[in-house]
Amino acid sequence: MFKQLTAFSIIGLSVLGLAGMAATTPELGRKLTDTDLDSLDVAILPDGQGLPQGQGTAAEGKPVYAVHCASCHGVEGMDGLHDRLAGGVGSISSSRPVKTLGSYWPYATTVFDYVRRAMPFHFPGSLSDDEVYAVTAYLLFLNGIVDESRVLSQTSLPEVKMPNQGNFFWRSFEAEARP
Amino acid sequence: MSGQHTDSIDAAGNGLLHRRFFLKTGALAATALMTAQSSARDRPAWMNAPGKGMSAAGEPSQYEKHVKRLAASRPGTTGSGASRSPLEHLEGIITPSRLHFERHHSGIPEIDPGQHRLALFGEVARPLSFSAEDLCRYPLVSNIQFLECSGNSGAMIAPSPVENSCSILHGLVSGSEWSGVPLALLLDEAGIKASGKWIIASGADSARMSRSIPLSKIYDDAIIALYQNGERLRPGNGYPMRLFLPGWEGNASVKWLKTLQVTDQPAMTKDETSKYSDLGETGKAELFTFDMGVKSLITSPSPGLDLDRQGLYQISGIAWSGAGRIKKVEVSTDGGSSWADAHLDAQPLPKSLTRFRAAWRWQGGQSVLLSRATDEVGQVQPTRAQVMKGRAPGSFYHYNGIQAWQVQTDGKLRNVYV
Repeated sequence: MFKQLTAFSIIGLSVLGLAGMAATTPELGRKLTDTDLDSLDVAILPDGQGLPQGQGTAAEGKPVYAVHCASCHGVEGMDGLHDRLAGGVGSISSSRPVKTLGSYWPYATTVFDYVRRAMPFHFPGSLSDDEVYAVTAYLLFLNGIVDESRVLSQTSLPEVKMPNQGNFFWRSFEAEARP
Repeated sequence: MSGQHTDSIDAAGNGLLHRRFFLKTGALAATALMTAQSSARDRPAWMNAPGKGMSAAGEPSQYEKHVKRLAASRPGTTGSGASRSPLEHLEGIITPSRLHFERHHSGIPEIDPGQHRLALFGEVARPLSFSAEDLCRYPLVSNIQFLECSGNSGAMIAPSPVENSCSILHGLVSGSEWSGVPLALLLDEAGIKASGKWIIASGADSARMSRSIPLSKIYDDAIIALYQNGERLRPGNGYPMRLFLPGWEGNASVKWLKTLQVTDQPAMTKDETSKYSDLGETGKAELFTFDMGVKSLITSPSPGLDLDRQGLYQISGIAWSGAGRIKKVEVSTDGGSSWADAHLDAQPLPKSLTRFRAAWRWQGGQSVLLSRATDEVGQVQPTRAQVMKGRAPGSFYHYNGIQAWQVQTDGKLRNVYV
């Protein structure tokens, strides 16, 4: 069961100060099957990888939002005790930035991923995938990004371009991705 | 001034003494001897009868109850917020586990380790799962390192100084010995495909807190931490396992680690985009600013630990850098007009808290105490003005400016900007 580590792991270990130690591990990882994964374990990526089947519109999302979300975020995502979700467009480079989905968030898939994994706060994971698509559509509608009848799904959600996306940047980690 | 105290070596203005002062003048300690004979009746009660028995786990003295974390949660929640380490009451570089800062997004899950599995999947040849017991059988590494929330010291962006204690202002940093499995070992076992470039880590809390980590960091020094300060992780710090990324913003060291998904791109999670991104005044925002900058703080004296009389004081504080070891800490007691090197305890460790000390004779005047750290890659801790330059209003992450404590003539201390 013990096996020599490949060259790149040995380099990794030397960084950790283990150079010279016998580079073996017990290899106790068990084969992971698809059924071992919870449906929410797979991250949803900006290009749509990981999005489940299903669909929804803002019109369908409005009553879902009213029941599950409005008490913390306000009827239209503008008030309430917790994060503001709508409005604030144009404020980001002003002296009073208001960060919302419409004014700040760079990717629409993030809205779906977060609502699906973590909301509603007291009952996370309780909405169906159709309801999450619908609430996502409603939140984007409140921010003027989609119209009320736009059907969001696996294919159409990643196509939604968020207005502030062009203002984000990050340094590349690619060159140093492998030792 | 230097002639006033023949046993001292002035190192800078306003009574700041040479860093070896305490080492050289050990004989300075009071030598008064108690000569009176005391009867049993006069002795303290605890000397007249056997004390309490042993216990399964120790607790601090009842007289130290004021040394506690300061916790605050968001309205309507009990576990969505932060608790801060009482830095001004602590010494050395290890924060007791019970006082380590915490930042949670949806409370502390009570995880049964028998039911918890870490799933490693995505762009790998062999998707795998591991229990905590499995991971404890791997070759472990232990390192003394700091963890700091990137929102630590965020109150320092306020236009005028917030009057509060060191721990309220800066208590989202702590130091521990972290022991765990180098994550590179597990990735090797699973076999990363050429397409794999990032890992999406998510937790088993009800927020399923998730962050994207470039593989370069994983191969550098990431571990799956299982132990903190010699004991298994406490629930508030990720029991039974957490990601630990030395020197990087705390939020990325995902607690209660449940999944590691290897991907070809970052997931752009809610936390890494809408929260932990650094907005500049032009409206441009930088993502994935993981490194914690070089920083130091005087923890004593500080607000609440006021000076009660003139004389000799030890200035004590902590310094750290996400880039490696602390090389030097300078201290000023005159608001930065003059500086002297502080004494560093032991040999500074990489990406760890380093304790520094200086000797200071307070002569009763208004004074401003500062510390300024330099790390081994040459980064010098910036002034507040330098940190604030180019930031958008309200952009509070990664604040590492020089902290100024003003000592007033009555001996009270307060947070000031210089």
